[in-house]
Amino acid sequence: MGRFHRHEDGTEHSHDHTHDHDHPHEHEHEHGDHSGYATGGERIEILEAIFSENDSRAAVNRKAFEDNGVRVLNLMSSPGSGKTTVLAATLDALAGEVSIGIIEGDIATDIDAARLGGRGAQISLLNTSNGFGGECHLDAPMVGRALAALDLAPLDLVVVENVGNLVCPAEFDVGEHAKAMVYSVTEGEDKPLKYPVMFRAVDVVLLNKIDLIPHLDADVDTYLASIREVNPAATVLPVSARTGAGMGAWFDWLRRFTGPIERTSLT
Amino acid sequence: MHELSLCRAIAGVVKSHAAGRRVEVVRVRVGALRQVVPDSLTFCWTLVRDHEDMPTAELELELVAAEVRCHSCGQLSEVVSRWSVACPRCASADVSVVSGEEFLVTSVDVV
Repeated sequence: MGRFHRHEDGTEHSHDHTHDHDHPHEHEHEHGDHSGYATGGERIEILEAIFSENDSRAAVNRKAFEDNGVRVLNLMSSPGSGKTTVLAATLDALAGEVSIGIIEGDIATDIDAARLGGRGAQISLLNTSNGFGGECHLDAPMVGRALAALDLAPLDLVVVENVGNLVCPAEFDVGEHAKAMVYSVTEGEDKPLKYPVMFRAVDVVLLNKIDLIPHLDADVDTYLASIREVNPAATVLPVSARTGAGMGAWFDWLRRFTGPIERTSLT
Repeated sequence: MHELSLCRAIAGVVKSHAAGRRVEVVRVRVGALRQVVPDSLTFCWTLVRDHEDMPTAELELELVAAEVRCHSCGQLSEVVSRWSVACPRCASADVSVVSGEEFLVTSVDVV
């Protein structure tokens, strides 16, 4: 007698069992060679970090930067925090002193890149809308492609302006040496508690729009305490990119970041 | 949309190991400190697996609790807060995260 099999792919076959049938034929068979069996698969042990491919591409980017003596900052924030305003003020303040390149991540437009133009920086625009309907972050392969538009040799600093989003960008190393974020007071003092992965990942937080504090229910100390709860080690700089208040401390941080003396201590 | 990105990264790891074989099960270990919503990840996986040509692949999640070693009181404790990693015993923020940041594909079943 034979045993009939129908596989999920539609193929059928039978094969013989040569044992006596003095018991109900309900037991499990252990067959070694039935590729169509759902239960006959093979388990592959992997134990691979889900970001390993991204991380290896980030290492390639980092080497390209370091071969050219360039320091790289991954700048992240929610939409509307003032990232581009901070960057415009930064380019103006450090013009002639620090040679800067910008990798500008934007889902669909060149509005931010246009705002940063004419300030002496090299700009590489990276629209992300050809991904899964518009990427919510920059990853290492994307930044790798953006490098083609930058002449790294004369640069001291590259700032990667990430897509406005407090979640996804924190997960993807793009080859930077430090992560910074702009966090505006109008976002509310609870944001570090709601988005702890990003706040925990960053080396420096610019607490922006402090000129608006008089119109809000919280003071600067409330924001600082909220950040400290999640990330006790980060440098926190209260600033207003609009009025210029506190921005000197940010420029000094960038000077130390790009300067030769403290390079080893900041990595 | 975060989970959608993560599922695409998971699919990338799986494909490189499956080498063209049909994938039945994907096992992923997720630490409590990752911003991963298990239900959302599972839902996004059902979208991504079709797009990535592995429609039969079921996602199995292994959730790992967050633990910190406190440098002030020396205790190893499980962290129950969703956002703070401060020591639950003495409230010190001077801690090392021992577990909870895992995010890896542990194994796949292929046929």
